[in-house]
Amino acid sequence: MTGRAKASGGPDEGDMNDTGGPATGAGRTVPAREPAVTEPPGGRCPDGGLDARLVVDRGTFRLDVTLTAAPGDVVALLGPNGAGKTTALRALAGLVPLGGGHLRLDGTDLDRTPPESRPVGVVFQDYLLFPHLSALDNVAFGPRCRGASKAQARALAAGWLDRMGLAEHAGAKPRRLSGGQAQRVALARALATHPRLLLLDEPLAALDARTRLEVRAQLRRHLAEFEAVAVLVTHDPLDAMVLADRLVVVEHGRVVQEGAPGDIARRPRTDYIARLVGLNLYRGHADGHTVRLDAGPAITTTENLSGAVFVAFPPSAVTLYGERPEGASARNLWRCEVAGLEPHGDQIRADLTGELPLAADLTTVAAAELGLHPGAPVWATVKATQTHAYPA
Amino acid sequence: MSKHGPRRSGARTVPVPLLVPALAGLAFLLLPLVALLVRAPWRDLPDQLTSPEVWQALRLSLLCATSATVLSLVVGVPLAWLLARTEFPGRGFVRALVTLPLVLPPVVGGVALLLAFGRNGVVGQWLDAWFGITLPFTTTGVVLAETFVAMPFLVISVEGTLRAADPRFEEAATTLGASRFTAFRRVTLPLIAPGIAAGAVLAWARALGEFGATITFAGNFPGRTQTMPLAVYLALQNDPAAAIALSLVLLAVSIAVLAGLRDRWMRAS
Repeated sequence: MTGRAKASGGPDEGDMNDTGGPATGAGRTVPAREPAVTEPPGGRCPDGGLDARLVVDRGTFRLDVTLTAAPGDVVALLGPNGAGKTTALRALAGLVPLGGGHLRLDGTDLDRTPPESRPVGVVFQDYLLFPHLSALDNVAFGPRCRGASKAQARALAAGWLDRMGLAEHAGAKPRRLSGGQAQRVALARALATHPRLLLLDEPLAALDARTRLEVRAQLRRHLAEFEAVAVLVTHDPLDAMVLADRLVVVEHGRVVQEGAPGDIARRPRTDYIARLVGLNLYRGHADGHTVRLDAGPAITTTENLSGAVFVAFPPSAVTLYGERPEGASARNLWRCEVAGLEPHGDQIRADLTGELPLAADLTTVAAAELGLHPGAPVWATVKATQTHAYPA
Repeated sequence: MSKHGPRRSGARTVPVPLLVPALAGLAFLLLPLVALLVRAPWRDLPDQLTSPEVWQALRLSLLCATSATVLSLVVGVPLAWLLARTEFPGRGFVRALVTLPLVLPPVVGGVALLLAFGRNGVVGQWLDAWFGITLPFTTTGVVLAETFVAMPFLVISVEGTLRAADPRFEEAATTLGASRFTAFRRVTLPLIAPGIAAGAVLAWARALGEFGATITFAGNFPGRTQTMPLAVYLALQNDPAAAIALSLVLLAVSIAVLAGLRDRWMRAS
């Protein structure tokens, strides 16, 4: 008997598989070891927007990130913890001195400008609202420091709170505000100084899941209205893809990939991004329709390529068999072993090792029929049409 | 004692080797205060306390202790900020110097003050020659002596509060356009206010009780440099009843301060 189980469709929010899209028109990508960036899709603006190369040395850790953005752009710095995203943000704000590189905003050099003189607004991860001041005075703080009279600053702050829908909370101290309200006060406080560069450090991380959904939508609206450059730091791919026009993926202090969210989701270039967007990713050498992987077997693809390539396919494209399927061609058929099983949405995600390490999604029923358990041998197949190969 | 009436469930009994010394220590701390109350000349007390000498000494004590506290705040809070928020070579050494008066015998402090600010002192001779200012054996001298002894309490307390306060609030203020001083004044200072208040009360209490440095540097002139502790000491020589009465006043002031501390600041910190 040949147990057969096909993963049912239902892509979750992380799975963005490109089914047979042609390998053209992708976003600009950067090889992992070459962070030198040339031309972003928005086009470099010598007079307007952000043009920065941030180099910060911290003992064994070195940050070297190039960032450019036009006014109106929302750029997300995405990366795992410890990648240097927050350091990059602090360098933009002037809270960390640059060890090298340059920082220009609207054509003005800011390298040596102290943080209090930069036209930069920051929304900190836990907001850092001044606990002894009311929401109104928190927002009025910036205008006041920049020379407005007390009455002017308060009037301005009241206007911002009104725009954020917080007029009735103007007198409340930060500890009386909910997470979502505090986030909006922090955003109003940062915007009240009319910054030319808005920085947001993990703007949604401090919120619970339900508030997050609502605040994310509001934040998206406010960022869309913002006419200058916004840079946000996040480790959450969903936040990054919803809020930003362009993603810059940072790993180990380097830019490993950047481009439009959709392109990055379709064509990940590192294991980290592949995991984030829920794809199996391999690097290999293509010769026609066959890609010989650097480590392991070959994969047959629909694309006709040559040279170094990436091959990606979603876990839902994998079909598992308990025994070697009869009459099946040997192409894209691998003998594996179950390393682990965990619930994934309404499905089961199987983590496989063996000839080709991969993740496969299947229904609970299918997993039961196959008798899957850690250590169980399985055969995995993927149709060539479900794979996607692109130049590395 | 512990055999007697096992406490509920028996798990929480206090071991005798800890209980006995603890009670002895408590008794040792309380007995002198009880003795003070027992032997107080309650009948003569109203007369004792309304004598002009007592009021003079008390007024001078409060004035000098308060002045010393204000002086400590003015220079001590910035000093604490410097120690907590900046890096400079020898900071650990400076910090040790600041705390030295905490452990230095106050009499030694008084002698050192004389050598510095005395009429022939290192600085004092110039103060006298240029400005005609004489510090020793004046009320100002009392304030200086008390400040010398009390300020470290304030500095240590404020520095501890500053270290516990999140420096990122200052960063947030900076990104909003505040200079470092504005950030300190408008953000940090309100945040550490409870710590400053606690430190000020500690310093004030220490200044109020100051004896050794004061008598060495400022002498013992009624109405000018004779504070309450000096008056108590003097009274003990020839009028013990008056000494007890004066001590009771100081005890009452101390208890009031402690009560204020507990209600307002101890809980906050």
